[in-house]
Amino acid sequence: MEWAVIFEPENLALFGNGIVITLWLLASSLAAGAVLALIFALLLTGPWATARYLVGAYTFVIRGTPLLIQVYLIYYGLGQLEWIQARWDAVWPWTYFKEPFFCALLAFSLNTAGYTAEMLAGSIRETSAGEIEAAHAYGMSRVQTMWRIVLPSAMRRTLPAYSNEVVMMLHATSLASAVPNMLDVTSAASRIYATYYLPFEAYLAAAAIYLCASFCLIGFFRFSEGRLLAYLAPQKN
Amino acid sequence: MTSNTQSYLLVILQGSLLTVGVSLGALAVSIILGLLGAAAKLSGRPVLTALGTFYTTIIRGIPDLVLMLLVFYGGTIGINTLLEKLGSEATIDIEPFAAGVVTIGFIYGAYMTETFRGAILSIPKGQMEAAWAFGMSRSQTFFRITLPQMVRYALPGFTNNWLVLIKATALVSLIGLQEMTYLAKQASSATRSPFMFFLFTGALFLVYTTISLFALKKINARYSLGTKRVQL
Repeated sequence: MEWAVIFEPENLALFGNGIVITLWLLASSLAAGAVLALIFALLLTGPWATARYLVGAYTFVIRGTPLLIQVYLIYYGLGQLEWIQARWDAVWPWTYFKEPFFCALLAFSLNTAGYTAEMLAGSIRETSAGEIEAAHAYGMSRVQTMWRIVLPSAMRRTLPAYSNEVVMMLHATSLASAVPNMLDVTSAASRIYATYYLPFEAYLAAAAIYLCASFCLIGFFRFSEGRLLAYLAPQKN
Repeated sequence: MTSNTQSYLLVILQGSLLTVGVSLGALAVSIILGLLGAAAKLSGRPVLTALGTFYTTIIRGIPDLVLMLLVFYGGTIGINTLLEKLGSEATIDIEPFAAGVVTIGFIYGAYMTETFRGAILSIPKGQMEAAWAFGMSRSQTFFRITLPQMVRYALPGFTNNWLVLIKATALVSLIGLQEMTYLAKQASSATRSPFMFFLFTGALFLVYTTISLFALKKINARYSLGTKRVQL
């Protein structure tokens, strides 16, 4: 074992840069995915049958195919379409499709949106009938009931399942290394492996980084659950 | 569609058999590890419990891809260094297939451990006590009483794990196993029509996951025979 190599300044910098890119990918894909998921969940539980059907088909496809295929489809696949080819040199926003970071980000966001939408829709459906009836009795409209009563509690109740999804997404960002010219933590490890031929040290260092990040995320969610779901905990007396 | 494209699609279709092979192999490994892990965590012996907890916590905190690269690249060097130290001249190359089956099996063994542990805990305690009262040994109790009943409780979690496991096999393409994702990538660079090939591969995965869901539903119905359903 030659751990000294990992702690050389240039390699530490490589990993440091990798951590920044991984966290940035994670945060932005989760943010974009959450917005999409909220819209999809509302459509899934909404009154329009066509929208329910379409979003249902979307989540079925997203959840039934590997993320790696989705990344490849967006990064390599879209370039085949002439419609995009004609635009990605000059016309905004299609120029983004040439950038690996954007393609990875898009794939991750669409993926997490599919999973999160189903979780959130499940919580919305499980809202107890009494709460909704009470809201109606107070004269709240459908939109008001959704916004004031159902969503705040459904989003909190999704938290335990969502924390799993966030840790899964952290691990999924390692697939960014399958796209050329990305320098996330896994790519940094691969580069160090290729330079020094030290697979154990390089990948173990990456594994340790992911492990720390996972534990931090889990700890953060435990803390938030204790706060936000305190009203669901069994009564002490 | 040119005949060239058609032959590439055929090759990908053949590669999908390899995907099934890796998935089933990894599933077998993960079920065995899952049962061992659950047994260790429920054994009540501090060392075994700690070992099981260590396994499930560490594995579930590291990305599949990193573990796979670690086993494939690190494992090859590790084994060869060991052989060298033992004074052997031979060198061993870990095959991508074996690395894929072992790594994916090892990873999903951790998830299976949690699923099986929960399932065993769901079985009413009286069942085990009755078996002991009949004089059955520990292993007899496990195979006759616990195993048939835990299937029903474990199936929902098992279904999830299996679906994630099938999709994880796409990662084995990154260490060079020529399964369908790998072949689709090759076909893409050869024909410059990546969109179609990746779409086709995605569709094949969708077919596998849909068939699995259907089959597991049948199994679930079989193992739920005689259970009472209450209408809410």
